[in-house]
Amino acid sequence: MKHVTEFRDPALARTLLAGIARLADSVGATRARPVHIMEICGGHTHAIFRFGLDTLVHEGVEFIHGPGCPVCVLPMARVDDCIGIAERPEVIFTTFGDAMRVPGTRGSLMQARARGADIRMVYSPLDALEIARRTPDREVVFFGLGFETTTPATAFAILAAAREGLANFSVFCNHITVPEPIRALLADPDMRLDGFIGPGHVGMVIGTHPFDFIPLEFGKPIVVAGFEPVDLLHAVAMVLAQIAEGRAEVENQYARVVPEHGNPAALAAMAEVFSRRPSFEWRGLGEIEESGLCIRPEYAGFDAEARFAVGYGARRRSVPEPEGCACGAVMTGRIKPTACAQYGRGCTPETPLGALMVSSEGACAAYWQYGGARVAAE
Amino acid sequence: MALRDTHVTMAHGGGGRAMRDLIEEVFTAVFRPPGMEDQARLTTEALQAPGARLAFTTDSFVVAPPEFPGGDIGRLAVCGTINDLAVGGARPLWLSAAFILEEGTEIALLRRIVASMAREAAAAGVRIVTGDTKVVERGAADGVFVTTSGIGVIAPGVDLAARHIRPGDAVIVNGPLGDHGAVILAARGDFALETPLQSDCAALHGLMAAVLAAAPGVRAARDCTRGGLASALNEMAAEAGVGVLLDEAALPLRAEVRGVCEILGLDPLYLANEGRLVLVCPSDQAGAALAALRALPHGDGACIVGHAVADHPAQVRMTGLFGGSRIVDMLVGDQLPRIC
Amino acid sequence: MCLGIPGRILAITDPARQMALAEVSGVRREVSLAPVADLPLAERVGQWALIHVGFAMAIIDEAEAARTLEALRDLGEAQETLAAMAQGDRALEGSR
Repeated sequence: MKHVTEFRDPALARTLLAGIARLADSVGATRARPVHIMEICGGHTHAIFRFGLDTLVHEGVEFIHGPGCPVCVLPMARVDDCIGIAERPEVIFTTFGDAMRVPGTRGSLMQARARGADIRMVYSPLDALEIARRTPDREVVFFGLGFETTTPATAFAILAAAREGLANFSVFCNHITVPEPIRALLADPDMRLDGFIGPGHVGMVIGTHPFDFIPLEFGKPIVVAGFEPVDLLHAVAMVLAQIAEGRAEVENQYARVVPEHGNPAALAAMAEVFSRRPSFEWRGLGEIEESGLCIRPEYAGFDAEARFAVGYGARRRSVPEPEGCACGAVMTGRIKPTACAQYGRGCTPETPLGALMVSSEGACAAYWQYGGARVAAE
Repeated sequence: MALRDTHVTMAHGGGGRAMRDLIEEVFTAVFRPPGMEDQARLTTEALQAPGARLAFTTDSFVVAPPEFPGGDIGRLAVCGTINDLAVGGARPLWLSAAFILEEGTEIALLRRIVASMAREAAAAGVRIVTGDTKVVERGAADGVFVTTSGIGVIAPGVDLAARHIRPGDAVIVNGPLGDHGAVILAARGDFALETPLQSDCAALHGLMAAVLAAAPGVRAARDCTRGGLASALNEMAAEAGVGVLLDEAALPLRAEVRGVCEILGLDPLYLANEGRLVLVCPSDQAGAALAALRALPHGDGACIVGHAVADHPAQVRMTGLFGGSRIVDMLVGDQLPRIC
Repeated sequence: MCLGIPGRILAITDPARQMALAEVSGVRREVSLAPVADLPLAERVGQWALIHVGFAMAIIDEAEAARTLEALRDLGEAQETLAAMAQGDRALEGSR
């Protein structure tokens, strides 16, 4: 597969691992006192585990798994709202597969489907539009979930629906942004991070400059990276090189895809359709300002919150985490999944307590699936 | 021809003339079972040899859509049950076929499915000797459900069982993985993917017989249906109490199956197959086993994908492209497509 | 949400809706070119794009990709040269 296989080349991986080892030694990184590098994006977490990169890099490099998993940070109350909408007989509720198993207080979308709700998995919001065109007598709702990588797709879908005058299509908007939670993490005095691997596909849309504040205000290096193992190893080497040379900059490892100034058409579509909520709840992280998107009044006809009276905060109810759930601490890198008292005991893939075990890119699910740290729980 | 209906109605399940006409025209005329009593009466010479054992299996088939590139639910039902017998070392002899039909099913579809089953059974030298038909109201079943049970005979001296597996044994598959699973995902239309893939649906008893003749030390075999190669190996490893170590670079995968998996975020190890078996044999017989498989149409892609190991008993792991190994666990539920 | 895969744009299927046929390792799907419609759509045919949830989100810069790979391969050669030199040094040490 072109543009994939070359970046899975074992020879290049070996080169980079050797380079990483040299750099780690040169900054005095050891297993006891490692360099902490946070990969922000859940897709990077998944790739690290799938390719075993955490076991392959020098033992002085430790990956801290960040909160870039939009499914993991979805508040339980929003899942409940989804189910409330989906249970209406006139509604066809469409969603990405990732969201199907996330538990709310009344179970998950998967369980709601078993109880009779018409819930369908789609690959693209365009497919939800097509369902709306083909079933004009039903209300089609698309669950808009994801960071800036995915937000433009929803924006373009709403713009298309507006052009066509579709009367039976709306979006339940849960899109969130990456820079704000990073700022919240960095502002926490307990956080000890030495560098970041930046989300390459978010960068593809917003460019690299939204990450400038990381070196400028907090003095940490960030390398925006692709998703193949060679990309990730390359980015780790680049972060270590910055640390070794006393630099703190935004670097772009994924230049073949990430343009410095982002994608103008995508940015314009997002600006046209969405505005920022003053604040939005992140499961495990609490309320973060200016981090969630809502649909502008001009497009209220496509806003499921308006159509079904499930506005964010409409019922002012914040659902507390289940007893013993430590997703927040894991997601902010304070503890490893295996240090959570529930990991492997009360919380397993079969009976997940929190979203990090349910979402396939949640750190806990990745740990479990790829088995790197299973032993520690037993 | 008394049957004029185009679609199945509740009357066709009522036990009266309508049902008799449906059964006679659509099923009996094609399957031609020996006799028309409530039960098939079969002679048992094949079972008389001392040490011969009867093998008996059953399976239900509910696939949607009922027709897909490379096959249909009928072909699946015949091959699936034949394969369940074959992986136990049995020669398949007779099948039963029971149908649950949703009111409104097109009779033309039913005829195609039955024709497919008859063709597959004939090619396999297996007879469909008895069956049943029920009709349920619209919505109570998804089109056509088929259940096939199968009887076969295991020759004296053949004893395939996972508990025979020993560290060092070779793990072999007969061809590329995940074709059927990928085809069904694409055929369901939910994800609007077009591929040239065909289901790998095939009856594998010929393959098994050839491999057992060439490599009599084969320990065990499984067909890799739902849950894919990973699930079959996890079951075998657990029963055997040995570990299994796969080699990611050795896994045979068609480019298009890789493509479907990359787009939808799926792991091909868990995709369903309907014409793939995994067998475990002593490493000194692996060459003979591979040669026997590769000489046959459904075995030309046969290769070694890993070995049984003494480490991590009951656990399946895989050595990755860059070294380092990871667990290949049992699935919890279905594998779901993801965009993250 | 990050799962994106490079795919080749084969043909424009619906210019009014900016839809094109893309291929990933032999698998084809219609995708929207709206994010990359800054050039006439026809010019996108034959190009490689990063495909995410049914949209071509970015055109892959082939020259940049080649540069990255070349830099990594050079790094590999440099490492090998260094390693060979180090081995040579050790051999010399040993033979003194």
